[in-house]
Amino acid sequence: MSQRPFTEEQVQRYARHIILPNVGGAGQRKLLDASVLVIGAGGLGSPIAMYLAAAGIGKLGVVDFDHVDVSNLQRQILHTDADVGRPKVESALEHLRAINPTIEVVGHDSLLFSTNVFDVFDGYDVIVDGTDNFPVRYLVNDACQLTNKPLVYGSIYQFEGQATVFMPGKETPCYRCLFPSPPPPGTVPSCAEGGVFGVLPGVIGSIQATEAIKLITGEGDTLEGRLLLYDALHMDFQEVTIRWDADCPVCGKEPTITELIDYEAFCGVPAQS
Amino acid sequence: MAVTVKLPTILRKFADDEARVGADGATLRDVLGDLETRYPGITKNVIADDGGLHRFINVYVNDEDVRYLGSLETELAEGDTVSILPAVAGG
Repeated sequence: MSQRPFTEEQVQRYARHIILPNVGGAGQRKLLDASVLVIGAGGLGSPIAMYLAAAGIGKLGVVDFDHVDVSNLQRQILHTDADVGRPKVESALEHLRAINPTIEVVGHDSLLFSTNVFDVFDGYDVIVDGTDNFPVRYLVNDACQLTNKPLVYGSIYQFEGQATVFMPGKETPCYRCLFPSPPPPGTVPSCAEGGVFGVLPGVIGSIQATEAIKLITGEGDTLEGRLLLYDALHMDFQEVTIRWDADCPVCGKEPTITELIDYEAFCGVPAQS
Repeated sequence: MAVTVKLPTILRKFADDEARVGADGATLRDVLGDLETRYPGITKNVIADDGGLHRFINVYVNDEDVRYLGSLETELAEGDTVSILPAVAGG
């Protein structure tokens, strides 16, 4: 298949990728032809979306239902002081277009539910999860498994973060293989309750953007099958193995979840994204 | 066996805010028992009422999930690292 030539503007904009081994012109073309959906325009979603926009992802979608609050600005670098009170999606799209006006950016200003997730996911190659609650994390995992989309996972708490890649397909682990059930409500405080170190999502989100780009270019090794753990307070990185669970209700040998369920009931808490 | 236990943030309050503590035991059950003796309450979110491991907190010996080893009866070697990892959802 012949590769479409770059425009002169693209050659200049992506010059450092095009001359880079393991990306090159072929890798940059794949990025320009790719579509990625970022769930959440918050702490994780900010660096994820900003780096993916800068990298020239052809179609970049952002989902968030929330408005920018001044308490977000300590870590959510996609938004500025002037954006306080605006819908996050509106603020995100404006700043992403300012970073790279040559790509298509799409906003989904809504909560994610079982009833709309397939419509929102439609047309995207890779899903990157930067949400902040368990119901949406299980919803996104199940929807990715049911639609055969790779999922780049990241989550944070206070000074600690986790990241990995869940691939669809046979005998590869999913989020439910890693954590079969959510913690009972009230046992794990949210960022609003427990606080969060502002730079932490910058590290984990950047790792998620890295993995999304590698999934698209096909170069290198991703975190598939490995959970990366980061402790900012002690500057400690660790990896543990994630195994496929043959008894997993979604991706196991005899799946019992073959369509989306009620995730609020499953987690015992209200869903938000 | 003397092992090192890496504690997640939510359990450090039980252990004088330490991120890693030493513990002793031939099996994971022994090590968690040793921790509970010295830091009362620390294992209540790790071990369920039925005596098994909770499914929203993972425990690893070195880099392997103990669900694929021997669960609470996983045998430990001198110098092993036990990591306790809760599900977190922040973003």
